[in-house]
Amino acid sequence: MSNRFKSRYDDDINLFEGRWHLAQYALLIALLLAAPWLLGVYYLGELTAVLIWSLAGLGLMLISGHTGQVSLGHAAFMAIGAFTNLALMMRGWHFIPALLASAVTSGVLGAIISRPILRMSGIYLAIATLALSIIIEDLSILAEPITGGVAGLFAPPIDLFGLTIDRYSSPKAFYYLCLTVLVIVTLGYLNLLRSASGRSFLAVRDSEVSARALGVNVTRAKTLSFALSCAMTGLAGALYAHLAQAVNYESFLVLISITLLLQVVIGGLGSVHGAFFGAIVVVLLPQSIAMLRDFLNNTAGISIAAYPGMDTALFALLILLMVIYEPRGLYGVWFKVRTWLQLFPLYRKGMFRRTRTYLKTERQR
Amino acid sequence: MDILQLLVSGIANGCIYGLLALGFVLIYKASEAVNFAQGDMMMLGAFLGVTFINASYADLPFLIGITLAALLLGLFGYLLDRFVLRAIFGQPQFAMVILTIALGFLIRFVAGVIWGHDPTSLETPFVGQVWMLGELMIPVVDAVIILTTVGLTSILYFFFARTRLGVAMQASSQNQMAAYYMGIPVKRINAIVWALSGVVAAIAGVLFAAKGAVEPSVGLLFGIKAFAAAVIGGLGSLPGALLGGLLVGIVEPFAGRYLPEVGQIAPYLLMLVVLVLRPGGLFAQISQKKV
Repeated sequence: MSNRFKSRYDDDINLFEGRWHLAQYALLIALLLAAPWLLGVYYLGELTAVLIWSLAGLGLMLISGHTGQVSLGHAAFMAIGAFTNLALMMRGWHFIPALLASAVTSGVLGAIISRPILRMSGIYLAIATLALSIIIEDLSILAEPITGGVAGLFAPPIDLFGLTIDRYSSPKAFYYLCLTVLVIVTLGYLNLLRSASGRSFLAVRDSEVSARALGVNVTRAKTLSFALSCAMTGLAGALYAHLAQAVNYESFLVLISITLLLQVVIGGLGSVHGAFFGAIVVVLLPQSIAMLRDFLNNTAGISIAAYPGMDTALFALLILLMVIYEPRGLYGVWFKVRTWLQLFPLYRKGMFRRTRTYLKTERQR
Repeated sequence: MDILQLLVSGIANGCIYGLLALGFVLIYKASEAVNFAQGDMMMLGAFLGVTFINASYADLPFLIGITLAALLLGLFGYLLDRFVLRAIFGQPQFAMVILTIALGFLIRFVAGVIWGHDPTSLETPFVGQVWMLGELMIPVVDAVIILTTVGLTSILYFFFARTRLGVAMQASSQNQMAAYYMGIPVKRINAIVWALSGVVAAIAGVLFAAKGAVEPSVGLLFGIKAFAAAVIGGLGSLPGALLGGLLVGIVEPFAGRYLPEVGQIAPYLLMLVVLVLRPGGLFAQISQKKV
């Protein structure tokens, strides 16, 4: 079914490879649209959380997965987006301009910050962004007129097309709002990746020196990628503020930054699918552990409830196994399964065997 | 006098940061990996020290306890590299970052299960003792910390600069493949350096627990601060790590005293300023590739 004869250059960069591919995504969208009727209110809330973390993950994926600049500080931009959105809405702005403003503010701030920060590379960049996240945590207490200080801000209900959208009184409407934003951003993202800018990002990731030799403006590519990435994360932050209903300095701790990076890694760096897979794991893992715990308690009589931090530890263990056995993350697993199905009787063992690599020094770049 | 007093406690704190930063630099020098679990290894070392030395546990003499803790954590580092980290040998630095972050979470969980979440202090023979230097009060703990740090840093410096093993470690980090060709057993070198950094982390941890209190989550932020110190000095330079640690340690109490709003984040601001001005740290070891 996957034997396609390419007759035009466009065939290489089409968003959908063919009718079958398009039909799969149409089915997915239909399922997502029907979800409010398939799921209870609680699980709908969880699904909304998955959508929002996917959006944040997409933001981080652009800079870390597709441009190769590891950021350990993206919760900072979620915070900027969330506080901008809520502060503007409390001053009487309508939701949509406030949402756009939070994307623009985080994007512009990201672009400004990226200039000095992206001169670093590798581990230096990671620690600099980590520091940024810690600093923003403190700034969100200090900037009291905007952020409400220690108490934080509460999310007002959203007025949209005559509807009042609120996470608790109208969870379906809030779910559709998040879904709409996510679908628009994802389509934009896919289009970006097949444009000249997007391909210049990939070139920078694969080798900065060769990208420069091929005429890519490396500084511009990095700055643009960082700004867009921050804008997406800012959007996610704004939606998260409405999901959590209240945000303060504790909503965007450094741990969130770290979790966000782990999410992207577990999903699979460098793939759009990965952001979604990772979000599903991050949001639903605590749930599954709680269920497993109840199950064990009820059937085998084993109590594992005594240990606090159990779900973080299991998450960490999952990451550990993932990095060792499947560096391409859940996307890698999915890709292998898909290939096996597509090639069905012809799949050979060792098709994905990794070649032996040696560490390349980062001290010369 | 006030300022001098702040300076003494800042230097002592800075020495602990410096020691921990040394652990980072050791591993970076030999395998160019960054161990984000270093802070948690320090926490583990501190708890081992508490277990061996405190009267309510094993109640051993101080020096024997600290030696046992260092050896045990050294063994832990060796086994960690041998059985976990070797699986991703040769992969990009980034994989190691993620792996060690995950390891840190696990170590924190295990320590919480074993030792509980209450802050615990180490009982040292010199608790509460003070030397008077004119009007200046120098707690004996601080003096011990400073002397240990200076001693350990010089030993490690000469180890890397002068001994065969030290030079082999530097070679294996600068070009892994070439080091293989020269007959250096790169994998064994990695394991040895992880053991060494475990020893250093244990000593830092014991000193940390002697000065303050230790609990499982202490490693995360302390580790990040120590990493900031290592980066300020320029990762890969031992004297740089010590200098960075001292800078961070000194800036912290002064900022807390005179600029209380930014007291918490002063070390990170300092690091960002240094990195913006010199993207490779004070003793930079990064150079642009010549094509």
